[in-house]
Amino acid sequence: MTSSAMPRPKADDEAPLLVAEKLTRFYGARLGCREVDLTLHPGEVLAIVGESGSGKSTLLSLLSTELAASSGRVLYRQRDGVTRDLATLSEAERRLLLRTDWGFVRQHAEQGLRMAVSAGGNVGERLMAVGGRHYGAIRQQAIDWLGRVEIEADRVDDDPRSFSGGMRQRLQIARNLVTRPRLVFMDEPTGGLDVSVQARLLDLIRSLVAQFGLAVVIVTHDLAVARLLSHRIMVMKSGRVIEEGLTDQVLDDPREPYTQLLVSSVLVP
Amino acid sequence: MTHPATAMPAISYNFAYLDEQTKRMIRRAILKAIAIPGYQVPFAGREMPMPYGWGTGGVQVTAALLGADDVLKVIDQGSDDTTNAVALRTFFETTAGVKTTSHTAEANVIQTRHRIPETPLKPGQVLVYQVPIPEPLRFLEPRETETRKLHALSDYGLIHVKLYEDIARHGHIATTYAYPATVNGHYVMDPSPIPKFDNPKMDHSPALQVFGAGREKRIYAVPPYTSVVPLDFADHPFTVQRFSQPCALCGAEGVYLDEVILDDQGGRMFVCSDTDYCAGRQAEGHTGTLSAPDAPTRADEGPKEGCS
Ligand SMILES: [Zn+2]
Repeated sequence: MTSSAMPRPKADDEAPLLVAEKLTRFYGARLGCREVDLTLHPGEVLAIVGESGSGKSTLLSLLSTELAASSGRVLYRQRDGVTRDLATLSEAERRLLLRTDWGFVRQHAEQGLRMAVSAGGNVGERLMAVGGRHYGAIRQQAIDWLGRVEIEADRVDDDPRSFSGGMRQRLQIARNLVTRPRLVFMDEPTGGLDVSVQARLLDLIRSLVAQFGLAVVIVTHDLAVARLLSHRIMVMKSGRVIEEGLTDQVLDDPREPYTQLLVSSVLVP
Repeated sequence: MTHPATAMPAISYNFAYLDEQTKRMIRRAILKAIAIPGYQVPFAGREMPMPYGWGTGGVQVTAALLGADDVLKVIDQGSDDTTNAVALRTFFETTAGVKTTSHTAEANVIQTRHRIPETPLKPGQVLVYQVPIPEPLRFLEPRETETRKLHALSDYGLIHVKLYEDIARHGHIATTYAYPATVNGHYVMDPSPIPKFDNPKMDHSPALQVFGAGREKRIYAVPPYTSVVPLDFADHPFTVQRFSQPCALCGAEGVYLDEVILDDQGGRMFVCSDTDYCAGRQAEGHTGTLSAPDAPTRADEGPKEGCS
Protein backbone atom coordinates (compact mmCIF):
# COMPACT_ATOMS: atom_id res chain seq x y z
CA MET A 1 0.00 0.00 0.00
CA THR A 2 1.38 3.37 -0.92
CA SER A 3 0.79 6.32 1.30
CA SER A 4 0.34 8.99 -1.34
CA ALA A 5 -3.06 10.58 -1.76
CA MET A 6 -5.17 9.99 -4.82
CA PRO A 7 -4.02 11.94 -7.88
CA ARG A 8 -6.58 14.65 -8.42
CA PRO A 9 -8.71 14.46 -11.55
CA LYS A 10 -7.50 17.00 -14.05
CA ALA A 11 -9.02 20.38 -13.45
CA ASP A 12 -11.74 21.38 -15.84
CA ASP A 13 -14.79 23.52 -15.81
CA GLU A 14 -17.23 20.62 -15.73
CA ALA A 15 -20.36 21.28 -13.71
CA PRO A 16 -20.73 19.42 -10.41
CA LEU A 17 -22.14 15.91 -10.50
CA LEU A 18 -23.71 15.91 -7.06
CA VAL A 19 -24.71 18.85 -4.90
CA ALA A 20 -26.22 18.75 -1.42
CA GLU A 21 -27.83 21.88 -0.01
CA LYS A 22 -28.51 22.30 3.70
CA LEU A 23 -29.24 18.61 4.04
CA THR A 24 -30.92 17.88 7.37
CA ARG A 25 -32.43 14.79 8.86
CA PHE A 26 -34.12 14.26 12.19
CA TYR A 27 -35.23 10.93 13.58
CA GLY A 28 -38.13 12.20 15.60
CA ALA A 29 -36.51 14.68 17.95
CA ARG A 30 -33.03 13.20 17.51
CA LEU A 31 -30.67 14.79 15.03
CA GLY A 32 -29.21 12.64 12.26
CA CYS A 33 -27.34 15.37 10.45
CA ARG A 34 -27.84 19.11 10.09
CA GLU A 35 -27.41 21.56 7.22
CA VAL A 36 -24.75 19.72 5.28
CA ASP A 37 -23.62 21.35 2.03
CA LEU A 38 -21.37 19.54 -0.38
CA THR A 39 -20.34 19.54 -4.00
CA LEU A 40 -18.84 16.60 -5.84
CA HIS A 41 -17.33 16.82 -9.31
CA PRO A 42 -16.94 13.98 -11.81
CA GLY A 43 -13.95 11.81 -10.93
CA GLU A 44 -13.64 13.25 -7.44
CA VAL A 45 -13.39 11.13 -4.29
CA LEU A 46 -14.87 12.59 -1.11
CA ALA A 47 -14.34 10.88 2.24
CA ILE A 48 -16.77 11.46 5.07
CA VAL A 49 -15.11 10.61 8.37
CA GLY A 50 -16.19 10.63 11.97
CA GLU A 51 -16.95 8.35 14.83
CA SER A 52 -19.98 6.15 15.09
CA GLY A 53 -23.03 8.38 15.67
CA SER A 54 -21.40 11.36 13.95
CA GLY A 55 -24.07 11.41 11.24
CA LYS A 56 -21.85 10.16 8.42
CA SER A 57 -24.02 7.13 7.67
CA THR A 58 -27.17 9.25 7.76
CA LEU A 59 -25.57 11.62 5.29
CA LEU A 60 -24.67 8.76 2.95
CA SER A 61 -28.24 7.45 3.10
CA LEU A 62 -29.60 10.91 2.30
CA LEU A 63 -27.23 11.41 -0.64
CA SER A 64 -28.05 8.00 -2.09
CA THR A 65 -31.84 8.54 -1.73
CA GLU A 66 -32.20 5.66 0.69
CA LEU A 67 -33.50 8.11 3.25
CA ALA A 68 -35.67 11.19 2.70
CA ALA A 69 -34.35 14.49 4.05
CA SER A 70 -36.24 16.43 6.71
CA SER A 71 -35.14 19.53 4.84
CA GLY A 72 -32.61 20.52 2.22
CA ARG A 73 -32.10 18.83 -1.11
CA VAL A 74 -29.77 16.76 -3.27
CA LEU A 75 -29.16 17.64 -6.92
CA TYR A 76 -27.65 15.27 -9.46
CA ARG A 77 -26.53 15.89 -13.02
CA GLN A 78 -27.84 12.98 -15.07
CA ARG A 79 -26.14 11.39 -18.05
CA ASP A 80 -28.31 13.50 -20.33
CA GLY A 81 -26.77 16.63 -18.74
CA VAL A 82 -29.96 17.64 -16.95
CA THR A 83 -29.58 18.37 -13.24
CA ARG A 84 -32.47 17.05 -11.16
CA ASP A 85 -33.59 17.44 -7.56
CA LEU A 86 -33.51 13.78 -6.54
CA ALA A 87 -36.66 14.14 -4.44
CA THR A 88 -38.59 14.79 -7.65
CA LEU A 89 -37.58 11.56 -9.38
CA SER A 90 -40.30 8.99 -9.87
CA GLU A 91 -39.65 5.62 -8.24
CA ALA A 92 -38.90 4.12 -11.68
CA GLU A 93 -36.38 6.91 -12.45
CA ARG A 94 -34.79 6.56 -9.03
CA ARG A 95 -34.32 2.81 -9.42
CA LEU A 96 -32.90 3.22 -12.91
CA LEU A 97 -30.39 5.73 -11.56
CA LEU A 98 -29.42 3.41 -8.68
CA ARG A 99 -28.70 0.50 -10.99
CA THR A 100 -27.11 2.26 -13.92
CA ASP A 101 -25.34 5.54 -13.16
CA TRP A 102 -24.77 4.83 -9.48
CA GLY A 103 -23.23 2.07 -7.41
CA PHE A 104 -23.26 1.27 -3.71
CA VAL A 105 -20.59 -0.86 -2.06
CA ARG A 106 -21.58 -1.92 1.45
CA GLN A 107 -19.53 -2.94 4.42
CA HIS A 108 -21.44 -6.17 4.83
CA ALA A 109 -21.35 -8.12 1.59
CA GLU A 110 -24.59 -9.91 2.37
CA GLN A 111 -26.35 -6.52 2.10
CA GLY A 112 -24.79 -5.81 -1.27
CA LEU A 113 -24.80 -9.27 -2.86
CA ARG A 114 -27.31 -12.03 -3.43
CA MET A 115 -25.59 -14.72 -1.41
CA ALA A 116 -27.51 -17.63 -2.97
CA VAL A 117 -26.91 -16.43 -6.55
CA SER A 118 -23.74 -17.26 -8.49
CA ALA A 119 -21.01 -14.64 -8.97
CA GLY A 120 -22.03 -14.43 -12.64
CA GLY A 121 -25.67 -13.88 -11.70
CA ASN A 122 -24.66 -11.22 -9.18
CA VAL A 123 -22.70 -9.29 -11.77
CA GLY A 124 -25.29 -9.91 -14.48
CA GLU A 125 -28.25 -8.74 -12.40
CA ARG A 126 -27.97 -5.07 -13.37
CA LEU A 127 -27.61 -5.98 -17.02
CA MET A 128 -30.77 -8.06 -16.83
CA ALA A 129 -32.57 -5.37 -14.85
CA VAL A 130 -32.01 -2.92 -17.69
CA GLY A 131 -33.15 -5.34 -20.35
CA GLY A 132 -30.20 -7.68 -21.06
CA ARG A 133 -31.77 -10.78 -22.59
CA HIS A 134 -28.80 -12.63 -24.10
CA TYR A 135 -27.43 -15.19 -21.68
CA GLY A 136 -24.10 -15.61 -23.46
CA ALA A 137 -23.45 -11.87 -23.61
CA ILE A 138 -24.40 -11.35 -19.95
CA ARG A 139 -22.14 -14.20 -18.86
CA GLN A 140 -19.23 -12.91 -20.94
CA GLN A 141 -19.53 -9.45 -19.39
CA ALA A 142 -19.70 -11.03 -15.95
CA ILE A 143 -16.49 -12.98 -16.61
CA ASP A 144 -14.79 -9.84 -17.93
CA TRP A 145 -15.72 -7.96 -14.77
CA LEU A 146 -14.65 -10.77 -12.47
CA GLY A 147 -11.26 -10.51 -14.19
CA ARG A 148 -11.09 -6.77 -13.57
CA VAL A 149 -11.59 -7.35 -9.85
CA GLU A 150 -9.10 -10.25 -9.81
CA ILE A 151 -11.57 -13.11 -9.45
CA GLU A 152 -10.75 -16.15 -11.58
CA ALA A 153 -13.18 -16.89 -14.41
CA ASP A 154 -13.70 -20.42 -13.12
CA ARG A 155 -15.47 -18.98 -10.04
CA VAL A 156 -18.25 -17.49 -12.19
CA ASP A 157 -20.77 -20.18 -11.22
CA ASP A 158 -19.85 -20.26 -7.52
CA ASP A 159 -21.98 -18.30 -5.11
CA PRO A 160 -20.43 -15.75 -2.74
CA ARG A 161 -20.97 -17.91 0.32
CA SER A 162 -17.87 -19.78 -0.79
CA PHE A 163 -15.86 -16.54 -1.20
CA SER A 164 -13.49 -14.96 1.29
CA GLY A 165 -14.31 -11.53 2.74
CA GLY A 166 -11.98 -9.75 0.34
CA MET A 167 -13.40 -11.61 -2.67
CA ARG A 168 -16.93 -10.74 -1.62
CA GLN A 169 -16.06 -7.04 -1.59
CA ARG A 170 -14.39 -7.33 -4.99
CA LEU A 171 -17.50 -9.10 -6.30
CA GLN A 172 -19.65 -6.25 -4.94
CA ILE A 173 -17.48 -3.83 -6.87
CA ALA A 174 -17.82 -5.81 -10.11
CA ARG A 175 -21.58 -6.08 -9.60
CA ASN A 176 -21.78 -2.30 -9.28
CA LEU A 177 -19.39 -1.25 -12.00
CA VAL A 178 -20.76 -3.49 -14.76
CA THR A 179 -23.10 -0.70 -15.91
CA ARG A 180 -20.24 1.86 -15.84
CA PRO A 181 -21.70 4.14 -13.17
CA ARG A 182 -20.30 7.65 -12.76
CA LEU A 183 -20.91 7.81 -9.00
CA VAL A 184 -20.30 5.12 -6.39
CA PHE A 185 -21.21 5.30 -2.70
CA MET A 186 -19.07 3.24 -0.35
CA ASP A 187 -19.86 2.50 3.27
CA GLU A 188 -16.79 1.25 5.15
CA PRO A 189 -15.85 -1.00 2.20
CA THR A 190 -12.74 -2.36 3.94
CA GLY A 191 -14.29 -2.65 7.40
CA GLY A 192 -13.67 -5.94 9.16
CA LEU A 193 -11.05 -7.15 6.70
CA ASP A 194 -7.49 -8.22 7.59
CA VAL A 195 -4.90 -5.53 7.00
CA SER A 196 -3.27 -7.29 4.02
CA VAL A 197 -6.69 -7.95 2.46
CA GLN A 198 -7.60 -4.29 3.05
CA ALA A 199 -4.46 -3.14 1.30
CA ARG A 200 -5.17 -5.20 -1.79
CA LEU A 201 -8.78 -3.99 -1.91
CA LEU A 202 -7.75 -0.36 -1.54
CA ASP A 203 -5.24 -0.71 -4.37
CA LEU A 204 -7.95 -2.20 -6.56
CA ILE A 205 -10.42 0.59 -5.71
CA ARG A 206 -7.75 3.22 -6.42
CA SER A 207 -6.98 1.78 -9.82
CA LEU A 208 -10.65 1.37 -10.82
CA VAL A 209 -11.47 4.90 -9.67
CA ALA A 210 -8.64 6.24 -11.80
CA GLN A 211 -9.37 3.99 -14.78
CA PHE A 212 -13.08 4.82 -14.98
CA GLY A 213 -12.97 8.36 -13.63
CA LEU A 214 -15.41 7.43 -10.89
CA ALA A 215 -16.78 9.95 -8.47
CA VAL A 216 -16.95 8.37 -5.01
CA VAL A 217 -18.48 9.31 -1.69
CA ILE A 218 -16.88 7.04 0.88
CA VAL A 219 -17.86 6.84 4.52
CA THR A 220 -15.14 5.54 6.80
CA HIS A 221 -13.97 5.78 10.37
CA ASP A 222 -10.49 4.82 9.15
CA LEU A 223 -8.44 7.92 8.34
CA ALA A 224 -5.80 5.81 6.61
CA VAL A 225 -8.43 4.69 4.12
CA ALA A 226 -9.54 8.29 3.65
CA ARG A 227 -5.96 9.42 3.06
CA LEU A 228 -5.31 6.72 0.51
CA LEU A 229 -8.52 7.05 -1.51
CA SER A 230 -9.88 10.56 -1.25
CA HIS A 231 -9.14 13.97 -2.72
CA ARG A 232 -11.26 15.81 -0.21
CA ILE A 233 -12.43 15.03 3.27
CA MET A 234 -15.32 16.10 5.49
CA VAL A 235 -15.09 15.56 9.24
CA MET A 236 -18.43 15.08 11.01
CA LYS A 237 -19.27 15.30 14.67
CA SER A 238 -22.71 15.24 16.30
CA GLY A 239 -24.50 15.49 12.97
CA ARG A 240 -22.56 18.48 11.65
CA VAL A 241 -19.61 18.98 9.36
CA ILE A 242 -16.94 20.55 11.52
CA GLU A 243 -14.04 20.65 9.09
CA GLU A 244 -13.49 20.00 5.41
CA GLY A 245 -10.82 20.49 2.80
CA LEU A 246 -8.20 18.71 0.73
CA THR A 247 -7.45 15.38 2.36
CA ASP A 248 -3.71 15.92 2.83
CA GLN A 249 -4.21 19.42 4.23
CA VAL A 250 -6.86 18.37 6.72
CA LEU A 251 -4.99 15.29 7.87
CA ASP A 252 -1.55 16.93 8.00
CA ASP A 253 -2.71 20.19 9.53
CA PRO A 254 -6.11 19.80 11.20
CA ARG A 255 -7.60 23.03 12.51
CA GLU A 256 -10.36 21.69 14.74
CA PRO A 257 -9.37 20.18 18.09
CA TYR A 258 -11.71 17.26 17.41
CA THR A 259 -10.02 16.52 14.08
CA GLN A 260 -6.62 16.79 15.79
CA LEU A 261 -7.81 14.21 18.27
CA LEU A 262 -9.02 11.90 15.51
CA VAL A 263 -5.78 12.25 13.58
CA SER A 264 -3.54 11.73 16.57
CA SER A 265 -5.39 8.66 17.80
CA VAL A 266 -5.57 6.89 14.49
CA LEU A 267 -2.73 8.04 12.33
CA VAL A 268 0.14 7.19 14.61
CA PRO A 269 2.86 5.77 12.36
CA MET B 1 -79.39 -18.07 -8.36
CA THR B 2 -81.77 -20.02 -6.14
CA HIS B 3 -81.26 -23.67 -6.01
CA PRO B 4 -84.05 -26.13 -6.82
CA ALA B 5 -85.30 -27.58 -3.54
CA THR B 6 -85.66 -31.07 -4.93
CA ALA B 7 -81.91 -31.58 -5.14
CA MET B 8 -81.25 -30.06 -1.74
CA PRO B 9 -79.42 -32.49 0.52
CA ALA B 10 -80.33 -33.16 4.11
CA ILE B 11 -77.97 -30.50 5.45
CA SER B 12 -78.91 -27.08 4.16
CA TYR B 13 -76.12 -25.10 2.50
CA ASN B 14 -76.30 -21.81 0.75
CA PHE B 15 -75.90 -22.34 -3.01
CA ALA B 16 -72.26 -23.38 -3.60
CA TYR B 17 -71.53 -23.29 0.15
CA LEU B 18 -70.47 -19.63 0.45
CA ASP B 19 -72.93 -16.98 1.59
CA GLU B 20 -74.05 -14.46 -1.01
CA GLN B 21 -72.13 -11.57 0.55
CA THR B 22 -68.87 -13.50 0.39
CA LYS B 23 -69.52 -14.49 -3.22
CA ARG B 24 -70.18 -10.85 -4.16
CA MET B 25 -66.89 -9.87 -2.52
CA ILE B 26 -65.04 -12.59 -4.45
CA ARG B 27 -66.76 -11.58 -7.70
CA ARG B 28 -65.60 -8.01 -7.19
CA ALA B 29 -62.04 -9.30 -6.78
CA ILE B 30 -62.44 -11.39 -9.95
CA LEU B 31 -63.74 -8.39 -11.89
CA LYS B 32 -60.79 -6.32 -10.73
CA ALA B 33 -58.43 -9.15 -11.67
CA ILE B 34 -59.95 -9.29 -15.16
CA ALA B 35 -59.62 -5.53 -15.50
CA ILE B 36 -55.90 -5.66 -14.61
CA PRO B 37 -54.66 -8.85 -16.31
CA GLY B 38 -52.05 -10.69 -14.26
CA TYR B 39 -52.34 -8.42 -11.20
CA GLN B 40 -52.75 -10.22 -7.89
CA VAL B 41 -55.90 -8.92 -6.20
CA PRO B 42 -56.13 -9.52 -2.45
CA PHE B 43 -59.46 -10.86 -1.25
CA ALA B 44 -60.89 -11.74 2.15
CA GLY B 45 -60.66 -15.49 1.70
CA ARG B 46 -62.89 -17.73 3.78
CA GLU B 47 -62.12 -20.93 5.57
CA MET B 48 -63.41 -23.80 3.46
CA PRO B 49 -64.34 -27.27 4.74
CA MET B 50 -61.13 -28.75 3.32
CA PRO B 51 -57.40 -28.27 3.87
CA TYR B 52 -55.48 -25.57 1.96
CA GLY B 53 -53.58 -28.08 -0.17
CA TRP B 54 -56.90 -29.13 -1.63
CA GLY B 55 -57.37 -25.99 -3.61
CA THR B 56 -59.43 -23.73 -1.38
CA GLY B 57 -58.55 -20.70 -3.53
CA GLY B 58 -59.90 -22.35 -6.67
CA VAL B 59 -62.93 -23.61 -4.77
CA GLN B 60 -63.86 -20.11 -3.61
CA VAL B 61 -63.48 -18.72 -7.14
CA THR B 62 -65.58 -21.56 -8.55
CA ALA B 63 -68.20 -21.07 -5.84
CA ALA B 64 -68.46 -17.38 -6.71
CA LEU B 65 -68.70 -18.07 -10.44
CA LEU B 66 -71.14 -20.98 -10.52
CA GLY B 67 -74.77 -20.48 -11.49
CA ALA B 68 -77.46 -23.12 -11.32
CA ASP B 69 -77.24 -23.81 -15.06
CA ASP B 70 -73.47 -24.21 -15.21
CA VAL B 71 -71.79 -27.49 -16.00
CA LEU B 72 -68.68 -28.14 -13.92
CA LYS B 73 -65.59 -30.22 -14.64
CA VAL B 74 -62.87 -30.75 -12.01
CA ILE B 75 -59.44 -32.08 -12.91
CA ASP B 76 -56.40 -32.85 -10.84
CA GLN B 77 -53.14 -33.38 -12.76
CA GLY B 78 -55.26 -33.94 -15.89
CA SER B 79 -57.47 -36.59 -14.32
CA ASP B 80 -61.15 -36.36 -13.39
CA ASP B 81 -60.86 -39.37 -11.11
CA THR B 82 -58.26 -38.63 -8.45
CA THR B 83 -59.43 -38.39 -4.85
CA ASN B 84 -59.03 -34.65 -4.91
CA ALA B 85 -60.99 -34.17 -8.15
CA VAL B 86 -63.79 -36.48 -7.02
CA ALA B 87 -64.01 -34.76 -3.63
CA LEU B 88 -64.29 -31.28 -5.14
CA ARG B 89 -66.79 -32.42 -7.76
CA THR B 90 -68.90 -34.06 -5.06
CA PHE B 91 -68.61 -30.92 -2.97
CA PHE B 92 -70.20 -28.80 -5.69
CA GLU B 93 -72.75 -31.45 -6.63
CA THR B 94 -73.81 -31.45 -2.97
CA THR B 95 -73.69 -27.74 -2.22
CA ALA B 96 -74.77 -26.33 -5.60
CA GLY B 97 -76.51 -29.23 -7.25
CA VAL B 98 -74.89 -28.29 -10.55
CA LYS B 99 -74.43 -30.73 -13.38
CA THR B 100 -70.89 -32.09 -13.62
CA THR B 101 -69.04 -33.68 -16.50
CA SER B 102 -65.65 -35.07 -17.38
CA HIS B 103 -65.87 -33.82 -20.97
CA THR B 104 -63.94 -30.60 -21.50
CA ALA B 105 -66.18 -29.51 -24.36
CA GLU B 106 -69.35 -29.86 -22.25
CA ALA B 107 -68.15 -27.87 -19.25
CA ASN B 108 -68.42 -24.13 -18.92
CA VAL B 109 -66.54 -23.96 -15.62
CA ILE B 110 -63.43 -26.13 -15.27
CA GLN B 111 -61.54 -26.16 -12.00
CA THR B 112 -58.02 -27.46 -12.42
CA ARG B 113 -54.97 -28.37 -10.46
CA HIS B 114 -51.70 -28.55 -12.44
CA ARG B 115 -52.96 -28.95 -16.03
CA ILE B 116 -54.78 -27.27 -18.89
CA PRO B 117 -56.99 -29.64 -20.90
CA GLU B 118 -55.67 -30.79 -24.27
CA THR B 119 -59.02 -30.10 -25.96
CA PRO B 120 -58.81 -26.44 -26.98
CA LEU B 121 -60.97 -24.21 -24.81
CA LYS B 122 -63.85 -22.23 -26.30
CA PRO B 123 -65.32 -18.77 -25.80
CA GLY B 124 -67.60 -18.74 -22.78
CA GLN B 125 -65.60 -21.30 -20.82
CA VAL B 126 -63.87 -20.38 -17.56
CA LEU B 127 -60.76 -22.20 -16.38
CA VAL B 128 -60.23 -21.87 -12.61
CA TYR B 129 -56.73 -22.68 -11.37
CA GLN B 130 -55.84 -23.78 -7.85
CA VAL B 131 -52.73 -21.84 -6.89
CA PRO B 132 -50.41 -22.71 -3.99
CA ILE B 133 -48.00 -19.74 -4.34
CA PRO B 134 -49.23 -16.77 -6.38
CA GLU B 135 -46.09 -14.62 -6.15
CA PRO B 136 -43.55 -15.35 -8.91
CA LEU B 137 -40.95 -13.26 -7.06
CA ARG B 138 -41.46 -14.95 -3.70
CA PHE B 139 -38.27 -16.99 -3.57
CA LEU B 140 -36.21 -14.16 -5.04
CA GLU B 141 -37.49 -11.29 -2.91
CA PRO B 142 -39.15 -12.22 0.38
CA ARG B 143 -40.33 -8.68 1.27
CA GLU B 144 -43.89 -8.15 0.10
CA THR B 145 -43.53 -4.34 0.17
CA GLU B 146 -40.71 -4.76 -2.34
CA THR B 147 -42.44 -7.32 -4.60
CA ARG B 148 -45.43 -4.97 -4.88
CA LYS B 149 -43.13 -2.21 -6.07
CA LEU B 150 -41.40 -4.53 -8.53
CA HIS B 151 -44.77 -5.50 -10.01
CA ALA B 152 -45.95 -1.90 -10.16
CA LEU B 153 -42.77 -0.91 -12.00
CA SER B 154 -42.84 -4.02 -14.19
CA ASP B 155 -39.33 -4.57 -12.85
CA TYR B 156 -38.64 -8.25 -13.44
CA GLY B 157 -34.86 -8.45 -13.81
CA LEU B 158 -34.83 -10.75 -10.77
CA ILE B 159 -36.78 -13.44 -12.60
CA HIS B 160 -34.18 -13.35 -15.32
CA VAL B 161 -31.52 -13.78 -12.63
CA LYS B 162 -33.33 -16.98 -11.64
CA LEU B 163 -33.42 -18.17 -15.27
CA TYR B 164 -29.73 -17.19 -15.63
CA GLU B 165 -28.93 -19.36 -12.61
CA ASP B 166 -30.84 -22.25 -14.19
CA ILE B 167 -28.75 -22.08 -17.33
CA ALA B 168 -25.49 -21.61 -15.40
CA ARG B 169 -26.23 -24.74 -13.33
CA HIS B 170 -27.98 -27.01 -15.80
CA GLY B 171 -27.02 -25.72 -19.23
CA HIS B 172 -30.63 -24.90 -19.99
CA ILE B 173 -33.64 -23.30 -18.30
CA ALA B 174 -34.53 -26.07 -15.87
CA THR B 175 -37.80 -24.52 -14.74
CA THR B 176 -40.40 -26.96 -16.06
CA TYR B 177 -43.39 -26.14 -13.86
CA ALA B 178 -44.93 -22.82 -12.84
CA TYR B 179 -42.97 -21.17 -15.65
CA PRO B 180 -43.29 -17.37 -15.25
CA ALA B 181 -45.02 -15.46 -18.01
CA THR B 182 -45.77 -11.83 -18.80
CA VAL B 183 -49.48 -11.10 -19.06
CA ASN B 184 -50.67 -8.42 -21.45
CA GLY B 185 -47.19 -6.89 -21.60
CA HIS B 186 -47.01 -5.84 -17.94
CA TYR B 187 -47.48 -8.14 -14.94
CA VAL B 188 -45.48 -11.32 -14.63
CA MET B 189 -47.51 -14.13 -13.11
CA ASP B 190 -46.93 -17.58 -11.75
CA PRO B 191 -49.27 -19.73 -13.84
CA SER B 192 -49.60 -22.23 -10.93
CA PRO B 193 -47.69 -25.51 -11.12
CA ILE B 194 -48.82 -26.47 -14.61
CA PRO B 195 -46.08 -27.97 -16.78
CA LYS B 196 -44.49 -25.36 -19.05
CA PHE B 197 -45.90 -27.56 -21.81
CA ASP B 198 -49.24 -25.86 -21.08
CA ASN B 199 -47.95 -22.26 -21.14
CA PRO B 200 -48.65 -21.76 -24.86
CA LYS B 201 -52.29 -22.74 -24.29
CA MET B 202 -52.72 -19.69 -22.04
CA ASP B 203 -51.71 -17.24 -24.73
CA HIS B 204 -54.72 -15.65 -26.46
CA SER B 205 -57.01 -18.36 -25.12
CA PRO B 206 -60.68 -17.74 -25.96
CA ALA B 207 -61.54 -18.85 -22.40
CA LEU B 208 -61.38 -16.72 -19.26
CA GLN B 209 -58.64 -17.94 -16.90
CA VAL B 210 -58.99 -17.17 -13.17
CA PHE B 211 -56.40 -18.10 -10.55
CA GLY B 212 -57.28 -18.52 -6.87
CA ALA B 213 -54.75 -18.83 -4.05
CA GLY B 214 -56.53 -19.81 -0.82
CA ARG B 215 -53.77 -19.67 1.74
CA GLU B 216 -52.39 -16.38 0.41
CA LYS B 217 -55.81 -14.92 -0.42
CA ARG B 218 -55.03 -13.67 -3.91
CA ILE B 219 -56.98 -13.81 -7.16
CA TYR B 220 -55.59 -13.00 -10.59
CA ALA B 221 -56.87 -13.50 -14.09
CA VAL B 222 -56.11 -13.67 -17.77
CA PRO B 223 -59.08 -12.37 -19.77
CA PRO B 224 -59.92 -14.07 -23.09
CA TYR B 225 -57.61 -13.30 -26.00
CA THR B 226 -54.84 -11.85 -23.82
CA SER B 227 -51.12 -12.31 -24.50
CA VAL B 228 -49.25 -14.61 -22.10
CA VAL B 229 -45.56 -14.66 -22.97
CA PRO B 230 -43.02 -16.83 -21.13
CA LEU B 231 -39.80 -15.12 -19.98
CA ASP B 232 -36.61 -16.36 -21.62
CA PHE B 233 -33.29 -15.34 -23.18
CA ALA B 234 -32.63 -14.64 -26.87
CA ASP B 235 -30.05 -17.44 -26.97
CA HIS B 236 -32.07 -19.76 -24.68
CA PRO B 237 -35.61 -19.34 -25.96
CA PHE B 238 -38.62 -20.85 -24.20
CA THR B 239 -39.40 -24.37 -25.42
CA VAL B 240 -41.96 -26.91 -24.29
CA GLN B 241 -41.27 -30.48 -23.27
CA ARG B 242 -41.26 -32.95 -26.15
CA PHE B 243 -41.99 -36.62 -25.77
CA SER B 244 -40.14 -39.25 -27.71
CA GLN B 245 -43.19 -41.44 -28.20
CA PRO B 246 -46.97 -41.12 -28.61
CA CYS B 247 -49.55 -42.05 -25.94
CA ALA B 248 -49.48 -45.83 -25.43
CA LEU B 249 -53.27 -45.96 -25.23
CA CYS B 250 -54.53 -43.56 -27.89
CA GLY B 251 -51.47 -42.80 -30.02
CA ALA B 252 -51.79 -39.04 -29.44
CA GLU B 253 -48.70 -36.94 -30.18
CA GLY B 254 -48.01 -33.38 -29.09
CA VAL B 255 -49.84 -33.87 -25.80
CA TYR B 256 -48.51 -34.04 -22.25
CA LEU B 257 -47.77 -37.61 -21.16
CA ASP B 258 -47.53 -39.17 -17.72
CA GLU B 259 -45.31 -42.11 -16.95
CA VAL B 260 -47.23 -45.08 -15.57
CA ILE B 261 -45.39 -47.93 -13.88
CA LEU B 262 -46.80 -51.26 -15.05
CA ASP B 263 -45.02 -53.80 -12.89
CA ASP B 264 -42.12 -54.13 -10.50
CA GLN B 265 -39.75 -55.28 -13.27
CA GLY B 266 -39.38 -51.71 -14.52
CA GLY B 267 -42.17 -51.95 -17.05
CA ARG B 268 -43.75 -48.58 -17.76
CA MET B 269 -45.76 -46.73 -20.33
CA PHE B 270 -46.45 -43.16 -21.30
CA VAL B 271 -50.07 -42.12 -21.51
CA CYS B 272 -52.02 -38.89 -21.87
CA SER B 273 -52.13 -36.98 -18.60
CA ASP B 274 -55.53 -35.66 -19.74
CA THR B 275 -57.71 -38.73 -19.14
CA ASP B 276 -60.81 -37.25 -20.78
CA TYR B 277 -58.87 -36.42 -23.93
CA CYS B 278 -57.35 -39.93 -24.03
CA ALA B 279 -60.71 -41.66 -23.50
CA GLY B 280 -62.26 -39.52 -26.22
CA ARG B 281 -59.60 -40.52 -28.73
CA GLN B 282 -59.91 -44.18 -27.81
CA ALA B 283 -63.69 -43.94 -28.29
CA GLU B 284 -63.01 -42.54 -31.77
CA GLY B 285 -60.96 -45.65 -32.52
CA HIS B 286 -57.42 -44.31 -32.06
CA THR B 287 -54.99 -46.86 -30.69
CA GLY B 288 -51.51 -46.92 -29.18
CA THR B 289 -48.86 -49.57 -28.71
CA LEU B 290 -50.53 -50.93 -25.59
CA SER B 291 -54.16 -50.73 -26.61
CA ALA B 292 -54.44 -54.27 -28.00
CA PRO B 293 -56.14 -56.72 -25.60
CA ASP B 294 -52.93 -58.78 -25.36
CA ALA B 295 -50.77 -55.77 -24.73
CA PRO B 296 -47.24 -56.64 -23.60
CA THR B 297 -46.40 -55.90 -20.01
CA ARG B 298 -43.25 -53.96 -20.81
CA ALA B 299 -43.31 -50.67 -22.58
CA ASP B 300 -40.58 -49.41 -24.84
CA GLU B 301 -37.78 -47.83 -22.90
CA GLY B 302 -37.13 -44.24 -23.68
CA PRO B 303 -36.46 -40.92 -22.09
CA LYS B 304 -39.57 -39.27 -20.77
CA GLU B 305 -38.85 -35.89 -22.15
CA GLY B 306 -36.26 -33.78 -23.86
CA CYS B 307 -35.95 -30.10 -23.22
CA SER B 308 -33.71 -29.27 -26.13
ZN1 LIG C 1 -53.90 -40.93 -24.86
